[in-house]
Amino acid sequence: MNFEAMIEALPKLLEGTVLTLELVAFSLVIGMIFALPIALMRVSSNGFIRVIPYCYIFFFRGTPLLVQIFLVYYGASQFEVVRESSLWPILREPYWCAIIAFSMNTGAYTAEILRGAMQAVPHGQLEAARTLGMSTPMAYRRIVIPQAIRIGLPAYGNEVILMIKGSALASTITLLDLMGMTRTIIAKNYLAVEMFLAAGLIYLVLSFVFTQGFKYLELKITKDLRPHEVTNL
Amino acid sequence: MIDLQGFGNQFLLGASMTMQLAAGALVLGLVLGLIGAAGKLSKSKIANALAGTYTTLIRGLPELLIVLIIYYGTAGMLTQIAGWFGHDEYVELSPYAAGVTALGITFGSYATEVFRGAIQAIPKGQIEAAHAMGMGSYMTFFRIILPQVWRIALPGLGNLFLVLLKDTALVSLIGLDELMRKTSVAISNTREPFTFYLVAAFIYLALTILTMTFMNFAERRANRGFVRAGS
Repeated sequence: MNFEAMIEALPKLLEGTVLTLELVAFSLVIGMIFALPIALMRVSSNGFIRVIPYCYIFFFRGTPLLVQIFLVYYGASQFEVVRESSLWPILREPYWCAIIAFSMNTGAYTAEILRGAMQAVPHGQLEAARTLGMSTPMAYRRIVIPQAIRIGLPAYGNEVILMIKGSALASTITLLDLMGMTRTIIAKNYLAVEMFLAAGLIYLVLSFVFTQGFKYLELKITKDLRPHEVTNL
Repeated sequence: MIDLQGFGNQFLLGASMTMQLAAGALVLGLVLGLIGAAGKLSKSKIANALAGTYTTLIRGLPELLIVLIIYYGTAGMLTQIAGWFGHDEYVELSPYAAGVTALGITFGSYATEVFRGAIQAIPKGQIEAAHAMGMGSYMTFFRIILPQVWRIALPGLGNLFLVLLKDTALVSLIGLDELMRKTSVAISNTREPFTFYLVAAFIYLALTILTMTFMNFAERRANRGFVRAGS
Protein backbone atom coordinates (compact mmCIF):
# COMPACT_ATOMS: atom_id res chain seq x y z
CA MET A 1 0.00 0.00 0.00
CA ASN A 2 1.40 3.34 -1.09
CA PHE A 3 0.32 5.77 1.65
CA GLU A 4 2.60 8.49 0.35
CA ALA A 5 0.69 8.64 -2.92
CA MET A 6 -2.58 8.81 -1.00
CA ILE A 7 -1.44 11.86 0.96
CA GLU A 8 0.01 13.40 -2.18
CA ALA A 9 -3.37 13.07 -3.92
CA LEU A 10 -5.28 14.52 -1.00
CA PRO A 11 -5.39 18.20 -2.11
CA LYS A 12 -6.77 17.17 -5.52
CA LEU A 13 -9.32 14.86 -3.90
CA LEU A 14 -10.48 17.61 -1.57
CA GLU A 15 -10.86 19.87 -4.58
CA GLY A 16 -13.15 17.20 -6.05
CA THR A 17 -15.01 16.97 -2.74
CA VAL A 18 -15.84 20.66 -2.94
CA LEU A 19 -17.46 20.13 -6.35
CA THR A 20 -19.33 17.08 -5.02
CA LEU A 21 -20.73 19.12 -2.14
CA GLU A 22 -21.59 21.97 -4.48
CA LEU A 23 -23.52 19.65 -6.82
CA VAL A 24 -25.33 18.02 -3.90
CA ALA A 25 -26.23 21.33 -2.23
CA PHE A 26 -27.53 22.91 -5.45
CA SER A 27 -29.54 19.80 -6.37
CA LEU A 28 -31.05 19.43 -2.91
CA VAL A 29 -32.21 23.04 -2.83
CA ILE A 30 -33.68 22.97 -6.35
CA GLY A 31 -35.12 19.50 -5.69
CA MET A 32 -36.85 20.80 -2.56
CA ILE A 33 -38.37 23.68 -4.51
CA PHE A 34 -39.69 21.15 -7.08
CA ALA A 35 -40.88 18.77 -4.42
CA LEU A 36 -43.31 20.94 -2.50
CA PRO A 37 -45.76 21.72 -5.34
CA ILE A 38 -45.47 18.16 -6.62
CA ALA A 39 -46.30 16.74 -3.20
CA LEU A 40 -49.22 19.16 -2.84
CA MET A 41 -50.55 18.10 -6.25
CA ARG A 42 -50.07 14.48 -5.24
CA VAL A 43 -52.45 14.86 -2.27
CA SER A 44 -55.01 16.85 -4.28
CA SER A 45 -58.59 15.61 -4.27
CA ASN A 46 -58.76 16.06 -8.04
CA GLY A 47 -57.81 12.84 -9.86
CA PHE A 48 -56.49 14.67 -12.93
CA ILE A 49 -54.14 16.80 -10.85
CA ARG A 50 -52.95 13.73 -8.95
CA VAL A 51 -51.95 11.76 -12.04
CA ILE A 52 -49.26 14.18 -13.34
CA PRO A 53 -46.99 14.07 -10.26
CA TYR A 54 -47.66 10.35 -10.01
CA CYS A 55 -46.19 9.77 -13.49
CA TYR A 56 -43.27 12.10 -12.76
CA ILE A 57 -42.44 10.34 -9.50
CA PHE A 58 -42.90 6.89 -11.02
CA PHE A 59 -40.54 7.69 -13.90
CA PHE A 60 -37.77 9.16 -11.76
CA ARG A 61 -37.95 6.52 -9.06
CA GLY A 62 -38.26 3.63 -11.50
CA THR A 63 -35.31 4.37 -13.80
CA PRO A 64 -31.58 4.43 -13.02
CA LEU A 65 -30.04 7.81 -12.25
CA LEU A 66 -27.43 7.06 -14.93
CA VAL A 67 -30.15 6.96 -17.61
CA GLN A 68 -31.54 10.26 -16.34
CA ILE A 69 -28.15 11.97 -16.50
CA PHE A 70 -27.45 10.65 -20.00
CA LEU A 71 -30.94 11.69 -21.11
CA VAL A 72 -30.23 15.28 -20.11
CA TYR A 73 -26.57 15.47 -21.12
CA TYR A 74 -26.54 13.50 -24.38
CA GLY A 75 -30.27 13.50 -25.09
CA ALA A 76 -30.81 17.25 -25.25
CA SER A 77 -28.44 17.64 -28.19
CA GLN A 78 -30.64 15.46 -30.42
CA PHE A 79 -33.07 18.28 -31.09
CA GLU A 80 -32.28 21.16 -33.40
CA VAL A 81 -34.70 23.34 -31.42
CA VAL A 82 -32.71 22.85 -28.23
CA ARG A 83 -29.38 23.46 -29.90
CA GLU A 84 -30.55 26.75 -31.34
CA SER A 85 -32.41 27.93 -28.27
CA SER A 86 -31.04 30.32 -25.69
CA LEU A 87 -30.96 27.41 -23.23
CA TRP A 88 -28.19 25.66 -25.16
CA PRO A 89 -25.27 27.35 -23.34
CA ILE A 90 -26.69 25.80 -20.17
CA LEU A 91 -27.61 22.38 -21.55
CA ARG A 92 -24.19 22.11 -23.17
CA GLU A 93 -22.41 22.27 -19.82
CA PRO A 94 -22.01 18.96 -17.95
CA TYR A 95 -22.17 20.93 -14.69
CA TRP A 96 -25.72 22.19 -15.30
CA CYS A 97 -26.84 18.90 -16.83
CA ALA A 98 -25.76 17.08 -13.69
CA ILE A 99 -27.60 19.59 -11.52
CA ILE A 100 -30.76 19.33 -13.66
CA ALA A 101 -30.76 15.52 -13.57
CA PHE A 102 -29.94 15.33 -9.83
CA SER A 103 -32.55 17.94 -8.86
CA MET A 104 -35.31 16.25 -10.84
CA ASN A 105 -34.33 12.91 -9.32
CA THR A 106 -34.12 14.07 -5.72
CA GLY A 107 -37.25 16.19 -6.29
CA ALA A 108 -39.24 13.04 -7.04
CA TYR A 109 -37.98 11.23 -3.93
CA THR A 110 -38.43 14.30 -1.73
CA ALA A 111 -41.99 14.81 -3.01
CA GLU A 112 -42.83 11.25 -2.05
CA ILE A 113 -41.34 11.77 1.43
CA LEU A 114 -43.30 15.02 1.85
CA ARG A 115 -46.51 13.38 0.68
CA GLY A 116 -46.14 10.54 3.17
CA ALA A 117 -45.36 13.02 5.94
CA MET A 118 -48.32 15.28 5.09
CA GLN A 119 -50.67 12.32 5.05
CA ALA A 120 -49.32 11.27 8.45
CA VAL A 121 -50.58 14.50 10.01
CA PRO A 122 -53.97 13.61 11.56
CA HIS A 123 -56.78 14.80 9.31
CA GLY A 124 -58.74 16.11 12.29
CA GLN A 125 -56.15 18.87 12.70
CA LEU A 126 -56.85 20.14 9.20
CA GLU A 127 -60.58 20.06 9.92
CA ALA A 128 -60.04 21.88 13.21
CA ALA A 129 -58.00 24.55 11.44
CA ARG A 130 -60.77 24.98 8.86
CA THR A 131 -63.32 25.26 11.67
CA LEU A 132 -61.25 28.02 13.23
CA GLY A 133 -61.67 29.90 9.99
CA MET A 134 -58.31 29.25 8.34
CA SER A 135 -58.38 28.79 4.59
CA THR A 136 -56.99 25.48 3.29
CA PRO A 137 -53.71 27.06 2.09
CA MET A 138 -53.26 28.75 5.44
CA ALA A 139 -54.04 25.53 7.29
CA TYR A 140 -51.41 23.75 5.20
CA ARG A 141 -48.89 26.53 5.79
CA ARG A 142 -49.43 26.80 9.53
CA ILE A 143 -50.58 23.36 10.64
CA VAL A 144 -49.79 20.59 8.16
CA ILE A 145 -46.44 21.50 6.60
CA PRO A 146 -44.55 22.38 9.81
CA GLN A 147 -45.51 19.00 11.27
CA ALA A 148 -44.83 17.20 8.00
CA ILE A 149 -41.28 18.54 7.97
CA ARG A 150 -40.73 17.04 11.39
CA ILE A 151 -42.21 13.69 10.43
CA GLY A 152 -40.33 13.53 7.13
CA LEU A 153 -36.94 14.60 8.45
CA PRO A 154 -35.42 11.15 9.13
CA ALA A 155 -36.44 9.92 5.66
CA TYR A 156 -35.05 13.11 4.14
CA GLY A 157 -31.76 12.50 5.92
CA ASN A 158 -31.52 9.16 4.12
CA GLU A 159 -32.30 10.87 0.83
CA VAL A 160 -29.43 13.33 1.38
CA ILE A 161 -27.02 10.42 1.92
CA LEU A 162 -28.35 8.75 -1.26
CA MET A 163 -27.80 12.03 -3.12
CA ILE A 164 -24.19 12.27 -1.92
CA LYS A 165 -23.56 8.73 -3.13
CA GLY A 166 -25.49 9.30 -6.35
CA SER A 167 -23.49 12.42 -7.13
CA ALA A 168 -20.55 10.14 -7.96
CA LEU A 169 -22.33 9.59 -11.29
CA ALA A 170 -21.40 13.16 -12.27
CA SER A 171 -18.01 11.66 -13.10
CA THR A 172 -19.60 9.81 -16.04
CA ILE A 173 -20.25 13.09 -17.85
CA THR A 174 -16.67 14.35 -17.47
CA LEU A 175 -17.16 16.35 -14.25
CA LEU A 176 -14.25 16.34 -11.84
CA ASP A 177 -16.18 15.73 -8.65
CA LEU A 178 -14.59 13.50 -5.98
CA MET A 179 -15.19 10.39 -8.10
CA GLY A 180 -14.13 12.05 -11.34
CA MET A 181 -10.98 13.44 -9.73
CA THR A 182 -10.14 9.98 -8.36
CA ARG A 183 -10.50 8.38 -11.77
CA THR A 184 -8.35 11.08 -13.39
CA ILE A 185 -5.60 10.56 -10.82
CA ILE A 186 -5.74 6.79 -11.35
CA ALA A 187 -5.37 7.29 -15.09
CA LYS A 188 -2.06 9.02 -14.30
CA ASN A 189 -0.53 6.97 -11.48
CA TYR A 190 -2.26 3.56 -11.92
CA LEU A 191 -2.72 3.23 -8.14
CA ALA A 192 -6.37 2.13 -8.34
CA VAL A 193 -6.66 0.51 -4.90
CA GLU A 194 -5.00 3.37 -2.99
CA MET A 195 -6.92 6.14 -4.72
CA PHE A 196 -10.31 4.40 -4.49
CA LEU A 197 -9.68 3.76 -0.79
CA ALA A 198 -8.80 7.40 -0.21
CA ALA A 199 -11.93 8.54 -2.07
CA GLY A 200 -13.99 5.94 -0.18
CA LEU A 201 -12.74 7.34 3.12
CA ILE A 202 -13.81 10.85 2.14
CA TYR A 203 -17.27 9.59 1.09
CA LEU A 204 -17.56 7.76 4.43
CA VAL A 205 -16.66 10.93 6.31
CA LEU A 206 -19.27 12.88 4.32
CA SER A 207 -21.98 10.28 5.03
CA PHE A 208 -21.01 10.23 8.69
CA VAL A 209 -21.09 14.02 9.08
CA PHE A 210 -24.48 14.31 7.39
CA THR A 211 -25.97 11.39 9.35
CA GLN A 212 -24.86 12.96 12.62
CA GLY A 213 -26.05 16.37 11.48
CA PHE A 214 -29.53 15.09 10.76
CA LYS A 215 -29.62 13.20 14.06
CA TYR A 216 -28.81 16.44 15.87
CA LEU A 217 -31.41 18.36 13.88
CA GLU A 218 -34.03 15.73 14.64
CA LEU A 219 -33.23 15.94 18.32
CA LYS A 220 -33.56 19.72 18.17
CA ILE A 221 -36.93 19.93 16.48
CA THR A 222 -38.60 17.11 18.39
CA LYS A 223 -37.70 18.52 21.78
CA ASP A 224 -41.32 19.09 22.78
CA LEU A 225 -42.20 15.47 22.04
CA ARG A 226 -39.89 14.12 24.71
CA PRO A 227 -40.59 14.21 28.42
CA HIS A 228 -39.07 17.26 30.09
CA GLU A 229 -35.58 16.80 31.36
CA VAL A 230 -35.09 17.89 34.92
CA THR A 231 -31.75 19.58 34.50
CA ASN A 232 -32.19 23.26 35.24
CA LEU A 233 -33.99 23.30 38.54
CA MET B 1 -44.24 4.75 -33.13
CA ILE B 2 -40.56 4.96 -32.25
CA ASP B 3 -38.25 3.68 -34.96
CA LEU B 4 -35.62 1.47 -33.36
CA GLN B 5 -33.71 1.15 -36.66
CA GLY B 6 -33.13 -2.56 -36.21
CA PHE B 7 -31.74 -2.28 -32.69
CA GLY B 8 -34.79 -3.81 -31.00
CA ASN B 9 -33.02 -7.11 -30.77
CA GLN B 10 -30.03 -5.49 -29.04
CA PHE B 11 -32.34 -3.95 -26.44
CA LEU B 12 -33.74 -7.39 -25.65
CA LEU B 13 -30.27 -8.90 -25.38
CA GLY B 14 -29.25 -6.06 -23.06
CA ALA B 15 -32.34 -6.42 -20.91
CA SER B 16 -31.70 -10.13 -20.61
CA MET B 17 -28.12 -9.47 -19.45
CA THR B 18 -29.42 -6.89 -16.96
CA MET B 19 -31.77 -9.52 -15.52
CA GLN B 20 -28.99 -12.12 -15.31
CA LEU B 21 -26.79 -9.61 -13.52
CA ALA B 22 -29.57 -8.70 -11.09
CA ALA B 23 -30.35 -12.37 -10.46
CA GLY B 24 -26.71 -13.22 -9.75
CA ALA B 25 -26.31 -10.26 -7.40
CA LEU B 26 -29.59 -11.15 -5.68
CA VAL B 27 -28.40 -14.68 -4.84
CA LEU B 28 -25.04 -13.45 -3.53
CA GLY B 29 -26.71 -10.58 -1.67
CA LEU B 30 -29.26 -12.83 0.05
CA VAL B 31 -26.50 -15.15 1.28
CA LEU B 32 -24.40 -12.20 2.51
CA GLY B 33 -27.49 -10.63 4.10
CA LEU B 34 -28.30 -13.79 6.06
CA ILE B 35 -24.69 -14.14 7.21
CA GLY B 36 -24.63 -10.45 8.14
CA ALA B 37 -27.86 -10.72 10.13
CA ALA B 38 -26.56 -13.82 11.91
CA GLY B 39 -23.42 -11.83 12.74
CA LYS B 40 -25.37 -8.87 14.09
CA LEU B 41 -27.56 -11.08 16.28
CA SER B 42 -24.75 -13.36 17.40
CA LYS B 43 -23.59 -13.40 21.02
CA SER B 44 -20.00 -13.08 19.84
CA LYS B 45 -18.68 -9.51 20.11
CA ILE B 46 -16.31 -10.12 17.18
CA ALA B 47 -19.16 -11.21 14.89
CA ASN B 48 -21.16 -8.13 15.96
CA ALA B 49 -18.26 -5.85 15.14
CA LEU B 50 -17.56 -7.52 11.77
CA ALA B 51 -21.18 -7.33 10.65
CA GLY B 52 -21.48 -3.76 11.92
CA THR B 53 -18.37 -2.68 10.02
CA TYR B 54 -19.65 -4.39 6.86
CA THR B 55 -22.98 -2.56 6.83
CA THR B 56 -21.60 0.83 7.89
CA LEU B 57 -18.79 0.77 5.35
CA ILE B 58 -20.73 -0.44 2.34
CA ARG B 59 -23.79 1.71 2.96
CA GLY B 60 -21.65 4.83 3.21
CA LEU B 61 -19.88 4.31 -0.13
CA PRO B 62 -21.26 5.21 -3.57
CA GLU B 63 -22.30 2.12 -5.53
CA LEU B 64 -20.21 3.33 -8.46
CA LEU B 65 -17.10 3.35 -6.26
CA ILE B 66 -17.81 -0.21 -5.13
CA VAL B 67 -18.24 -1.41 -8.72
CA LEU B 68 -14.99 0.27 -9.83
CA ILE B 69 -12.96 -0.84 -6.82
CA ILE B 70 -14.05 -4.46 -7.28
CA TYR B 71 -13.28 -4.40 -11.00
CA TYR B 72 -9.99 -2.45 -11.04
CA GLY B 73 -8.89 -3.03 -7.46
CA THR B 74 -9.07 -6.81 -7.37
CA ALA B 75 -7.00 -7.41 -10.51
CA GLY B 76 -3.71 -6.75 -8.74
CA MET B 77 -4.68 -8.86 -5.78
CA LEU B 78 -5.88 -11.77 -7.91
CA THR B 79 -2.73 -11.69 -10.03
CA GLN B 80 -0.65 -11.86 -6.87
CA ILE B 81 -2.67 -14.75 -5.45
CA ALA B 82 -2.42 -16.60 -8.78
CA GLY B 83 1.34 -15.99 -8.57
CA TRP B 84 1.56 -17.94 -5.29
CA PHE B 85 0.05 -20.92 -7.10
CA GLY B 86 2.54 -20.70 -9.90
CA HIS B 87 0.54 -18.81 -12.54
CA ASP B 88 2.34 -15.79 -13.88
CA GLU B 89 -0.31 -14.35 -16.22
CA TYR B 90 -2.49 -11.33 -15.48
CA VAL B 91 -5.74 -12.30 -13.73
CA GLU B 92 -8.81 -10.11 -13.48
CA LEU B 93 -12.52 -10.56 -12.84
CA SER B 94 -14.81 -10.52 -15.87
CA PRO B 95 -17.17 -7.52 -15.91
CA TYR B 96 -20.06 -9.88 -15.12
CA ALA B 97 -18.29 -11.43 -12.11
CA ALA B 98 -17.20 -8.00 -10.87
CA GLY B 99 -20.73 -6.64 -11.32
CA VAL B 100 -22.34 -9.54 -9.46
CA THR B 101 -19.79 -9.23 -6.64
CA ALA B 102 -20.12 -5.47 -6.27
CA LEU B 103 -23.91 -5.35 -6.47
CA GLY B 104 -24.21 -8.48 -4.32
CA ILE B 105 -22.07 -6.91 -1.58
CA THR B 106 -24.19 -3.74 -1.74
CA PHE B 107 -27.49 -5.64 -1.67
CA GLY B 108 -26.17 -7.80 1.17
CA SER B 109 -25.38 -4.84 3.40
CA TYR B 110 -28.94 -3.50 3.15
CA ALA B 111 -30.46 -7.00 3.31
CA THR B 112 -28.57 -7.56 6.59
CA GLU B 113 -30.79 -4.94 8.25
CA VAL B 114 -33.96 -6.34 6.67
CA PHE B 115 -33.17 -9.88 7.82
CA ARG B 116 -32.14 -8.68 11.28
CA GLY B 117 -35.47 -6.95 11.71
CA ALA B 118 -37.36 -9.98 10.42
CA ILE B 119 -35.54 -12.39 12.71
CA GLN B 120 -36.18 -10.14 15.69
CA ALA B 121 -39.87 -10.05 14.80
CA ILE B 122 -40.20 -13.78 15.44
CA PRO B 123 -41.60 -14.39 18.92
CA LYS B 124 -38.88 -15.44 21.34
CA GLY B 125 -41.14 -18.13 22.78
CA GLN B 126 -40.89 -20.11 19.56
CA ILE B 127 -37.12 -20.25 19.81
CA GLU B 128 -37.30 -21.25 23.46
CA ALA B 129 -39.86 -23.89 22.57
CA ALA B 130 -37.54 -25.23 19.86
CA HIS B 131 -34.68 -25.42 22.36
CA ALA B 132 -36.98 -27.14 24.84
CA MET B 133 -37.79 -29.75 22.18
CA GLY B 134 -34.07 -30.46 22.01
CA MET B 135 -33.23 -28.60 18.76
CA GLY B 136 -29.76 -27.08 18.53
CA SER B 137 -29.11 -23.48 17.46
CA TYR B 138 -28.53 -24.41 13.80
CA MET B 139 -31.59 -26.63 13.57
CA THR B 140 -33.71 -23.92 15.20
CA PHE B 141 -32.38 -21.39 12.70
CA PHE B 142 -33.11 -23.51 9.62
CA ARG B 143 -36.38 -25.11 10.74
CA ILE B 144 -38.07 -22.45 12.84
CA ILE B 145 -36.61 -19.03 12.07
CA LEU B 146 -35.69 -19.11 8.39
CA PRO B 147 -39.07 -20.35 7.03
CA GLN B 148 -40.84 -17.51 8.83
CA VAL B 149 -38.24 -14.86 8.04
CA TRP B 150 -39.10 -14.97 4.32
CA ARG B 151 -42.64 -13.86 4.95
CA ILE B 152 -41.65 -10.90 7.12
CA ALA B 153 -38.64 -9.87 5.05
CA LEU B 154 -40.32 -10.08 1.64
CA PRO B 155 -41.59 -6.47 1.31
CA GLY B 156 -38.21 -5.06 2.40
CA LEU B 157 -36.30 -7.36 0.06
CA GLY B 158 -38.63 -6.40 -2.81
CA ASN B 159 -37.73 -2.73 -2.37
CA LEU B 160 -34.04 -3.59 -2.22
CA PHE B 161 -34.36 -5.58 -5.43
CA LEU B 162 -35.85 -2.55 -7.19
CA VAL B 163 -32.81 -0.52 -6.08
CA LEU B 164 -30.52 -3.32 -7.25
CA LEU B 165 -32.22 -3.39 -10.65
CA LYS B 166 -31.43 0.29 -11.15
CA ASP B 167 -27.86 -0.10 -9.88
CA THR B 168 -27.16 -2.68 -12.61
CA ALA B 169 -26.86 0.27 -15.02
CA LEU B 170 -23.56 1.15 -13.30
CA VAL B 171 -21.97 -2.08 -14.50
CA SER B 172 -22.18 -0.72 -18.07
CA LEU B 173 -19.28 1.55 -17.04
CA ILE B 174 -16.94 -1.43 -16.68
CA GLY B 175 -17.95 -2.76 -20.06
CA LEU B 176 -20.63 -5.39 -19.44
CA ASP B 177 -23.02 -5.60 -22.39
CA GLU B 178 -26.18 -4.96 -20.42
CA LEU B 179 -29.11 -2.73 -21.33
CA MET B 180 -27.35 0.59 -20.73
CA ARG B 181 -24.24 -0.25 -22.71
CA LYS B 182 -26.21 -1.79 -25.58
CA THR B 183 -28.14 1.48 -25.71
CA SER B 184 -24.96 3.58 -25.81
CA VAL B 185 -23.57 1.40 -28.60
CA ALA B 186 -26.81 1.76 -30.57
CA ILE B 187 -26.65 5.54 -30.10
CA SER B 188 -23.15 5.76 -31.54
CA ASN B 189 -24.71 4.40 -34.75
CA THR B 190 -28.04 6.18 -34.85
CA ARG B 191 -27.11 9.53 -33.26
CA GLU B 192 -30.47 9.70 -31.53
CA PRO B 193 -29.50 9.77 -27.85
CA PHE B 194 -32.77 11.09 -26.49
CA THR B 195 -34.99 8.52 -28.22
CA PHE B 196 -32.77 5.58 -27.36
CA TYR B 197 -32.08 6.48 -23.73
CA LEU B 198 -35.81 7.05 -23.33
CA VAL B 199 -36.49 3.57 -24.71
CA ALA B 200 -33.94 2.18 -22.23
CA ALA B 201 -35.66 4.11 -19.43
CA PHE B 202 -39.00 2.57 -20.37
CA ILE B 203 -37.48 -0.91 -20.42
CA TYR B 204 -36.21 -0.30 -16.87
CA LEU B 205 -39.71 0.88 -15.94
CA ALA B 206 -41.18 -2.28 -17.45
CA LEU B 207 -38.75 -4.42 -15.45
CA THR B 208 -39.72 -2.46 -12.33
CA ILE B 209 -43.43 -3.08 -12.96
CA LEU B 210 -42.72 -6.76 -13.62
CA THR B 211 -40.85 -7.02 -10.32
CA MET B 212 -43.63 -5.25 -8.43
CA THR B 213 -46.25 -7.59 -9.88
CA PHE B 214 -44.18 -10.60 -8.96
CA MET B 215 -43.59 -9.26 -5.43
CA ASN B 216 -47.33 -8.74 -4.97
CA PHE B 217 -47.93 -12.32 -5.97
CA ALA B 218 -45.12 -13.63 -3.77
CA GLU B 219 -46.32 -11.61 -0.77
CA ARG B 220 -49.86 -12.87 -1.15
CA ARG B 221 -48.58 -16.43 -1.41
CA ALA B 222 -46.30 -16.03 1.61
CA ASN B 223 -49.14 -14.57 3.64
CA ARG B 224 -51.71 -17.25 2.85
CA GLY B 225 -52.87 -18.66 6.16
CA PHE B 226 -52.41 -15.28 7.84
CA VAL B 227 -55.49 -13.18 8.42
CA ARG B 228 -54.93 -9.48 7.85
CA ALA B 229 -56.29 -7.21 10.53
CA GLY B 230 -59.60 -5.79 9.41
CA SER B 231 -60.32 -8.26 6.62
